[in-house]
Amino acid sequence: MTLDARSIAQDFPILSRTIRDGKRLVYLDSGATSQKPDCVIDAELDFYRLHNAAVHRGAHQLAEEATDAYEGAREIVAKFLSASVDEVIFTKSATESLNLVAYAMGNAEPGNHFHLQAGDSIVVTEMEHHANLIPWQQLAARTGATLSWFSVTDDGRLDLSDINTFINEKTKVVALTHQSNVLGTINPLGAITQRAHEVGAVVVLDACQSVPHMKIDVKTLEIDFLAFSGHKTVGPTGVGILWGRAELLAQLPPFLTGGSMIENVTMESATWAAAPRKFEAGVPNMAQAVGLGAALTYLTKIGMENIWHHEVELTQYLLDGLSEIEDLRIIGPSTTELRGGTVSFTLGDIHPHDLGQYLDSQGIAVRTGHHCAWPLTRKLGVPATTRASIYLYNTTDDLDALISGVKGAQKYFGR
Amino acid sequence: MQLDNLYQEVILDHYKNPQHKKLSSVYDAQVHHINPSCGDEITLNLTLKGNTITDISWDGVGCSISQASVSILTDLLIGKSLEQAQVISDAFMHLMQSKGTEKGDEDLLEDAVALAGVSQYPARIKCALLGWMAFKDASVQALAKHG
Repeated sequence: MTLDARSIAQDFPILSRTIRDGKRLVYLDSGATSQKPDCVIDAELDFYRLHNAAVHRGAHQLAEEATDAYEGAREIVAKFLSASVDEVIFTKSATESLNLVAYAMGNAEPGNHFHLQAGDSIVVTEMEHHANLIPWQQLAARTGATLSWFSVTDDGRLDLSDINTFINEKTKVVALTHQSNVLGTINPLGAITQRAHEVGAVVVLDACQSVPHMKIDVKTLEIDFLAFSGHKTVGPTGVGILWGRAELLAQLPPFLTGGSMIENVTMESATWAAAPRKFEAGVPNMAQAVGLGAALTYLTKIGMENIWHHEVELTQYLLDGLSEIEDLRIIGPSTTELRGGTVSFTLGDIHPHDLGQYLDSQGIAVRTGHHCAWPLTRKLGVPATTRASIYLYNTTDDLDALISGVKGAQKYFGR
Repeated sequence: MQLDNLYQEVILDHYKNPQHKKLSSVYDAQVHHINPSCGDEITLNLTLKGNTITDISWDGVGCSISQASVSILTDLLIGKSLEQAQVISDAFMHLMQSKGTEKGDEDLLEDAVALAGVSQYPARIKCALLGWMAFKDASVQALAKHG
């Protein structure tokens, strides 16, 4: 192991509490939300305790300090993504980031690069989280554009065989997930970005499940927009990121309007500030942005490459362990090839909710259900799955607990 | 262990051998209910004769709690009047909200008292109520049909 997960776990106070009458907490639900290290909790607290003031306003020292902290966090995010600082927009969540792009496109007038109308097409995939599906369904409904999608193969990969048909001259947007929150599948982007740009479409990447776990360089990915959430990245809730290419953000109309995002206002009309301010109406979630800065600094110190390798090793260990259990079926790729540490499975006739409840009684936290990707679980013919998701603080002890917990559940419900 | 309060034998028996889990071809009302947070689904058919529940049949997918609960419901409510069904439903609803402080009236609720343990697990109450909500909806629709 290139990373000492046991010592990392010490940084996360919640991981030392007990669950259900004294059981050790085995947290395998980081795909839903990650736990927070002390340094993130402290950064958020310190902002409120020492520096709290509305950013970009106020002629006083606190306002200066708050602005420095907030803009400092933006610089950290930019560096983390290998992006320019003006390309980083703070939102309240990744869901808002994706909605921002979809609603802003809907606001684009004829003649604007982003304008959509009947006959245009929006392309998504069958493995999208609802947050990267419904905003595009709604945009299609509002503009008359059509929505089409790449389907998912039985082994949990995107079927890109008809890529040139799906992405064509009518296509304005291709929105897809970098890593499936159900299957763990990492989607190869090269062919998609190349074809999308060939026809003048923009590529919107939902990176909620990839940014926390691997080194992301937005420039080498050749995408146009990227969204991720702070709370899955050991950061606070209430803060998300939208990254967009500078030249595109310049053309994209605003989504939310109000204070902070203006250049000039009269009673009749208003003009907009330059990005990123154009997309940050109102007093932002400042303490949370500062907390996210602390989170990314923490992850950078450990090293995203180290985190990635640690998780690949754990994923292999988990896949090996689970595949030995009778009646257990892994939903998603069975090897670590182009795959992250999100492992969904079914267990014979035992419903995921019952399995999850049993695991909880053993102190093991997993997620069960359709994971906000209902069309995908329907397509795969499994109304629900049990999902274990790994992060930097997990150890093989956690996975051993899960594997023996699953066997215990078989015994418990087999009575 | 505490988990045994949730998964009583009666519940697992109903889960393995669900009662009236085969949709009837004739009915006065058919409803389809979904639990959007977990994906559980149920279709429930209700037949009345006057004011009496002559048949409830269903099909669905879901966890042992949701499946056992609707199975118990069918055993309990078939043959009862709508008024009696209302009294039983209200008592069951009350039990589910009791946070583990009540055991339920066995004379009234019969096998359904086995679900009392669910009230200690807030996330599972909606599982137990799925079939009951479907029944409530179906009875309103069946009554409306009969005018």
